[in-house]
Amino acid sequence: MDEKIYDKYQAVIGLEVHAQLLTNSKAFCSDSTEYGATANTQVSVISLGHPGTLPKHNKDAINLAIRMGLAINCQIREVNQYARKNYFYADLPKGYQITQDRTPICHDGFLEVKLKDGSTKRIGIERVHMEEDSGKSMHDQDVFDSLIDYNRAGTPLIEIVTHPDIRSAEEAYAYITEIRQIVRYLDICDGNMEEGSLRCDANISVMLKGADKYGVKVEVKNMNSISNVRRAIDFEIKRQIEAIANGNRIFSETRTFDAMKGTTIVMRSKELANDYRYFPEPDLPPLIVDQAWVNQVQTTMPALPKELIKKYISEYSLGEYDASLLTETKEYAKYFEEVCGHTKNFKAAANWMMGTVKSHLNETGTDIGTFTLKPTQIAELIALVDDGKISNSAASQNVFPALVNTPDKGALTLAQELNLIQESNADALLPIVEEVLAAWSEKVEEYKAGKKNLMGLFVGEVMKRSGGKADPKLTNKLLGERLS
Amino acid sequence: MHKDYTNFRKLLDTGDANCVATVRGFLEKIENEMHLNSFIETWGEEALQRASEIDQKIQNRTAGKLAGMVIALKDNICYQGHKVSASSHILEGFESQYSSTVVQRILDEDAILIGRTNCDEFAMGASNETSYYGPVLNALDNSRVPGGSSGGATVAVQAGLCHAAIGSDTGGSIRQPASFCGVVGLKPSYGRISRWGLLAYASSFDQIGPLTNNVEDAALLLQVISGTDDYDATVSTLPVDNYTLSDENSPKKIAYLKECFGEGVDEEIKHQLYALFELMKAAGHTVEEVSFPYLDYLVPAYYVLTTAEASSNLSRYQGLQLGYRTAEKGDLDMLFKKSRSEGFGKEVKRRIMLGTFVLTSDFYDAYYSKAQKVRRLIRQKTDDILNTYDFILTPTTPTVAFKFGEKTQDPVAMYLADIFTVQANLSGHPAISVPGGKHSNGMPFGVQLMGKHFGEKKLLNFAKYLHNLAV
Repeated sequence: MDEKIYDKYQAVIGLEVHAQLLTNSKAFCSDSTEYGATANTQVSVISLGHPGTLPKHNKDAINLAIRMGLAINCQIREVNQYARKNYFYADLPKGYQITQDRTPICHDGFLEVKLKDGSTKRIGIERVHMEEDSGKSMHDQDVFDSLIDYNRAGTPLIEIVTHPDIRSAEEAYAYITEIRQIVRYLDICDGNMEEGSLRCDANISVMLKGADKYGVKVEVKNMNSISNVRRAIDFEIKRQIEAIANGNRIFSETRTFDAMKGTTIVMRSKELANDYRYFPEPDLPPLIVDQAWVNQVQTTMPALPKELIKKYISEYSLGEYDASLLTETKEYAKYFEEVCGHTKNFKAAANWMMGTVKSHLNETGTDIGTFTLKPTQIAELIALVDDGKISNSAASQNVFPALVNTPDKGALTLAQELNLIQESNADALLPIVEEVLAAWSEKVEEYKAGKKNLMGLFVGEVMKRSGGKADPKLTNKLLGERLS
Repeated sequence: MHKDYTNFRKLLDTGDANCVATVRGFLEKIENEMHLNSFIETWGEEALQRASEIDQKIQNRTAGKLAGMVIALKDNICYQGHKVSASSHILEGFESQYSSTVVQRILDEDAILIGRTNCDEFAMGASNETSYYGPVLNALDNSRVPGGSSGGATVAVQAGLCHAAIGSDTGGSIRQPASFCGVVGLKPSYGRISRWGLLAYASSFDQIGPLTNNVEDAALLLQVISGTDDYDATVSTLPVDNYTLSDENSPKKIAYLKECFGEGVDEEIKHQLYALFELMKAAGHTVEEVSFPYLDYLVPAYYVLTTAEASSNLSRYQGLQLGYRTAEKGDLDMLFKKSRSEGFGKEVKRRIMLGTFVLTSDFYDAYYSKAQKVRRLIRQKTDDILNTYDFILTPTTPTVAFKFGEKTQDPVAMYLADIFTVQANLSGHPAISVPGGKHSNGMPFGVQLMGKHFGEKKLLNFAKYLHNLAV
C-alpha cells in the first residue's frame, strides 16, 4: 500500500471509559466491594436479584460521580432518573442492568489535554452516567462448565463518554492518561486497567479529509492498558483506511483487541445488535441533586494537577515541565508540597524530588506512599547544603543513603559521623590552600601567565586534600586572593 | 368461630378463646374445603407452635396488636425459609432466604401465618385460572371464578379459613376478587406499604393490601404494615395516620363516575347502587354524577405499562440461579429459552411478549411513551375530581363472578373485568371494595371507593359506613 494513502484520511474517535467507583459498598445494596474476595462471598439477595428484592441508592457513589463531573467541567443534572437496560446474560442476575439513559448525572463538559508537541486539545465530554457492574463469567476455570462470580455484580460504575472529538491514537492516549490521573486524584477509582477497574472502549471511524460525513464506526473493546488503547486505535485506523482504499465496506461491528498480535478481531455485528429496551427504573424514585448538594461535593474536591502546576509555576517559580513531573500523582505532589513547607529553596526541593528521591523509589521499586523519609528530613538535607555544611554531592550520594538506612539518626549527625562537614573556616582552610599552591608551583606560574582554566585543578586539589570537606565557595575565594 | 379478628380478639383477651384451638379449627376447615384449592401449602405445625407461644403472651399481657390473627399469605410474598412461587412452575421448589417487610411487621405483632394461597401466575389474571396449581373455586358457587389474581387469599377469607389474608393489587387483584366473593379488599396508596419481598409484576403499580371480613380488620392490618422502609425507596416517608375507625359521619361529597354506570354494567348492580345513593343522600351526603372521559383508555394504558415493567421484572427467572431449569442440555441461549418457555404459563408469556414489544426502540414512543402520558392525564383528572369531592364511587366490577372458562378464550374480555379497578393503580390513589349488595343470582358484588392520596383514614371510615349501609 502506498504510504501516502494514509494521509488522505482523517480518523474520528470517541471514547467510553468505565470507572469502578471506590465505594465501600455496592451501588444499590450494602454488599462489600472489596477486590479479590473468594468468589460469590460478597453477595446478598439484592445483588443476586432474588425475587422480591429492590435496589436502594448509595449516596457515596452519587457523590463520586458528581466529583468526576465537576473535575471535567460538566453540568450536574438536578432530576436524575435511573433506567433499566434489558438483556440476558449469565452474569447479569436480574436480566437487566440499572443505569442512566436519558438523564445522565453529568453532561456537557470538556477536558483539555496536553499533546506531545506541547499543544493543547479540548475534548468534549458528552456525559457521565452512573450504572452497576455485572458479575464475571469465567470460561477457563473448569473443564466442562463456565463459572460465574457474582461478587462484582452491583459494583458502582461511572461511564464517561466523549464527543467524537479525538483525531488520533496519540490524542486518545493523552486523554485516557489524563482521565486516569484525574480519577486517582479524586479518589474515585484506582485507575487499574489491568484489573479492569478502569475500562476503555473506542468508537473509531475514518473519512476522507475534508469530508462532511463521518464514516461507519467500529467499536473496539478489551484494551487493558493505556498503551494498548494507542496500539489498538492505530491498528484499527490503518485497517479501516486500507479496507476502504481497497474498495471494501466497513461494517458496523464490535471488535476486540488482541494484545499478543496487536490486531483487532470481530466479536459481533452491530447490525443485529440487541435492543436494550431502556425504560425508567420504577423501583427507584428520581434522584434530586440540588445546588446545595453540588456545593457540598465541591468543598471535598482536592486540587487537580492543572491547578497544582499553575501554583508551582507561580508560587515556587518552577518551570512547567518540572511542575508537571511533580504532579504526576497526588501523593507525590503532596510530599513535594510538604517539603516546600519546611524550606524556602523550592528549586532545590523540586530537584531532590525529581532526582535523588525519584531514583531511589525507582531503584527500590517503592512509591512515595511508603517512602521512609519524612518531608522534613528532605528539607533538612536541603538546609545543610544551603548552609554550606555539606556539599550537594555529599548530601545526595552519602548522607541520603545513610539516612534512608537509619532515618532516626538525623542528617546532621550522619554527616558528622561520615566526616562530611565542610570546612568553612578560612583559618583552617588556608594552610591547605598554601600547601596546594606550593606543591603546584609550576602550574601557578602558568596560571599567572594567563592559563586561567587551571583554577579548576587547584580547587580540585584543595577538595581532595581536605577530604571533600572544603567549602568550594570559600576555596575559590581564598585561591583567588592568593593568586592575584 | 368468629370469621373476623376484631371480635375474636375480645374473646382472646377475656380468656374465652385461645389461639391453639382457633388455629386447629382453621386447619380442619382448610382440610374440609380442599376442593376450593385456595391454599397451595399450609404451615400447620409451625402455626400451632406459634399459637401456643402467643396464648402465653396473651396470658402475660405482652401480646402484640395482631395477637392470634390467623393470616393467609398470597403466594407472591416472601417469608424466610418458606416456599414462594407466584403460582408459577418457574419457581417451583424455590424457598425465600428473607422475609418481606410486611411479613416481618405482622409477625412482630404476633400474627400467625397459616399458609400460602393460590393466585394467578405472577398475579396476572382476573379469575385465578392462570395458576400453575389450577383454579380456585368461589365458595359461594363452585362453578364460578373467585376473581383474581388474589383468588386463593380471597376465598380463604370468604370461606372462613383464616381471619384475614394479605394480597397484592396491581390492577384490581385485591378489590376485584373481594367484589366477587363478598369480602373487604383494600389497595392502599402507592408508596404506603413497602414492596420489599413482594414478587414484582409491575413495580410502579403493585401494592400489598389486606383482604378481610370487615373494615375494622383492614384498618388494623393497614396500621401494622404501613410506613417507611429502608428496603424500598418508593415508600412514602409521610407519617402513618391512626387508622382506628371512628363513628365520625359528617356530610361527605361523593362523585360517582357516569361512564361506570353505562353499557356493559349489570343492570341489577346499577340499580342497587342507585338505591344506595338515595340512602346516602337521605343521610345528608352529597352524591353527584361526574364524567370521567378517559375510561376507554384505562385498560389499554394499564396493559402497555404493566406488561412493559413485567417483561423486565420477570427477566430474572432464567433457569440459571434459582427456580425451574429445563432438563435439556445445550448452550446458554437454549437454557434461557427452554427454561422460560417451559416454566412460564401462557398468560405470563403473552404479557412478557407484549411488554417486550412495547419497549422496543421502534415502538417505544408509539406505545410506552404515549401510555405514560395517558397515565399522567388519568392521575391529573382523578386528582381534579378528588379536589372537589371526598371520594369517587364506582361499582368494583361490571358484573358478578363469572363462570369458569367464560373468558379464557378472549383475553380482552378478561382484561375488561378490571376496567373499574385499574384507575387507582394508574393514578396511585387508595381504593377499597366493600360488599355492596347481592345479585338475584345469589352472587355478591362490591362497591368501590377511591380516596385522596394517603387519605386512607377517611376512606376506611366512610367504607365502614357504606358497608353497614349496604348490608
